[in-house]
Amino acid sequence: MAAVQQTVDTVKTLDVDAYKYGFTTDIESDKAPKGLNEDIVRFISARKKEPDWLTQWRLDAFKRWLTMEEPRWARVDYPKIDYQDLYYYSAPKGTDGPRTLADVDPELLRTYAKLGIPLSEQEILAGVQERRVAVDAVFDSVSVVTTFKEELGKAGVIFCPISEAVHSHPELVRKYLGSVVPVTDNYFATLNSAVFSDGSFVYVPPGVRCPMELSTYFRINEQNTGQFERTLIIADAGSYVSYLEGCTAPKRDENQLHAAVVELIALDDAEIKYSTVQNWYPGDSEGRGGIFNFVTKRGDCRGARSKISWTQVETGSAITWKYPSCILRGDFSRGEFYSIAISNGRQQVDSGTKMLHLGKNTSSRIISKGISAGRSQNTYRGQVFAHRKAENARNFTNCDSLLIGDRCGAHTVPYIEAKNSSAQFEHEATTSKISDDQLFYCMQRGLEAEEATALIVNGFVRDVLQQLPMEFAVEAQKLIAISLEGSVG
Amino acid sequence: MLEIDNLHVSVAGRKILDGLTLKVEDGQVAAIMGPNGSGKSTLSYVVAGRADYEVQDGTIRLDGVDIMEKSPAERAAMGLFLVFQYPLEIPGVATMTFLKAAMNAQRKARGAAELPTIEFMKQVRATAAKLNISQDMLKRPVNVGFSGGEKKRMEILQMALLEPRFSILDEMDSGLDIDALKTCAEGVNALRGEGRSFLVITHYQRLLNFITADVVHVMSRGRIVKSGGPELALALEASGYAEYAEGAAA
Repeated sequence: MAAVQQTVDTVKTLDVDAYKYGFTTDIESDKAPKGLNEDIVRFISARKKEPDWLTQWRLDAFKRWLTMEEPRWARVDYPKIDYQDLYYYSAPKGTDGPRTLADVDPELLRTYAKLGIPLSEQEILAGVQERRVAVDAVFDSVSVVTTFKEELGKAGVIFCPISEAVHSHPELVRKYLGSVVPVTDNYFATLNSAVFSDGSFVYVPPGVRCPMELSTYFRINEQNTGQFERTLIIADAGSYVSYLEGCTAPKRDENQLHAAVVELIALDDAEIKYSTVQNWYPGDSEGRGGIFNFVTKRGDCRGARSKISWTQVETGSAITWKYPSCILRGDFSRGEFYSIAISNGRQQVDSGTKMLHLGKNTSSRIISKGISAGRSQNTYRGQVFAHRKAENARNFTNCDSLLIGDRCGAHTVPYIEAKNSSAQFEHEATTSKISDDQLFYCMQRGLEAEEATALIVNGFVRDVLQQLPMEFAVEAQKLIAISLEGSVG
Repeated sequence: MLEIDNLHVSVAGRKILDGLTLKVEDGQVAAIMGPNGSGKSTLSYVVAGRADYEVQDGTIRLDGVDIMEKSPAERAAMGLFLVFQYPLEIPGVATMTFLKAAMNAQRKARGAAELPTIEFMKQVRATAAKLNISQDMLKRPVNVGFSGGEKKRMEILQMALLEPRFSILDEMDSGLDIDALKTCAEGVNALRGEGRSFLVITHYQRLLNFITADVVHVMSRGRIVKSGGPELALALEASGYAEYAEGAAA
């Protein structure tokens, strides 16, 4: 009966072929031997010609990791990961040399063109009305190209692969790396610290408003390869930067591991806006394949009046374990978290945020929209904490869940802890289903069930979509429609 | 033209429509009157294609085409429109966005190109003005926080923009004060002609003072029990439905 029943029926035969980025790039790659031990850690470090302090930093992390246990508290269920059965480093051949567009393998450029990522500076410059976006393209374990580096350089903004920053700006990397997510933070972050391969580095000097959107595009291509990227963004006093990351991977029957660490540091009066459109391969209808996404993202509002805002649109991955957080250290600092998490098929999402109020007069805002379809499980897990010295901490949290069909689940697990009596924390949560009445109403006006669902879902997530940079809001809206394909009959 | 022949429908095992037969000619305004529970709303939902009904027997044809297997959206694209008794709210979706999505979906189904945005805005503004619908209302999410009267006016706005060949008005007068009723009725009357047909479902004769029916059908216990001219509605107003309810029981 009813559209909802059809949803359930269709989801049974859910065709994850809807995943548009499932192709593989045929390119020769240079890999580290399979498995993980001290030699592999040294291998990665040597490949990147790293200074001794960093090699040692990695080795310390590795030793620590050996003593740790994989966390099991999240509401996700997956087979044991064999960490010795993975490649920890894979680079497309010929990426060791200088990285300018002319040096990039045409096959890689074609890959990014297929993904809709513009890597050519000229083309974008030619389009007058189009806003420009600088891109750092990371393919498996290495950054293959970064665009607009020179132009950004004129403004004093450093935007380059972190492997390059280690050499060109060692003082900044050494000062900030691991200062937000310590080496010992958690199992996956520690693993990342030992084997991280590449990622983006951004430094915006005092008082500079970054002249364009920065973005990093992550692509996992190689089989049985983990991607362990590391992103470090520093906004110096009074600066502003908006950064976006996008992710896709080919369809593979095996699971692929992705364990990234992102660290943001905002000094006095600085603002960082970090947006993610995560579209890793989610696996097929039976839950075969797909990315295991274990990510540690944390921002440190280190300076007074600083602000960090996370916006995420999560549609991919078989397993998502991700809690972009803010440490509100500076007085009057502000943290924001806007999230849309869509799960379909057999996807499992356990995601949310932490807002740790340490400074005085700090404020935070959490808007989370979870949408579950198919047989997926979608959990919001969030922590709001006020230190005993955090006078006048303010938080507003709103968690809404929307269910499509009757085989999926939505869960909300908020942890709220105030050690200072002046804290004002508000929490609102709702769970609703797309009603048959609503669907029928839209269909009577001429919309087919899928279109009607996408329209209703887009309405549900509107508050969050509005937070995305304009260029990506449209993209995200399309992505939402694609993710829900096959969720209604 | 709408032709319903020997329609038998149940909901959760309970018979609601029991061999209903009805024909509405092109350009005709037909009223269906009947007591509570006679199956009037079920009839409108089944014609529009709502899925929760068990249709055991019978056919429904629109302009000669059997629509029983068609989806609600396909029926809508064929020119069928239902004015809901209780229009639904769609949080977060601006009314303008909704109108555009509906109009373009129907155009697409008919193989027509999308309406250019400027043309669309023009049409919406002109029609909204006639129905006393403010620009502000068009920006608000569909029906969210609208009063009963505003919701009904929005239904008529959608009807006017979609220009359906066949409209079903399911108790359009419920929850409307006299001024709102007049505005809505004027909207309906403006669409009359050009072969458009209307099926006006109501409890009360009052609505028919504003929308003149060509024929009046009385429905009881899931079938049409009497048909006549506008005078039949006046007679019902005076005597009530008791005679039909008992007649059906006998």
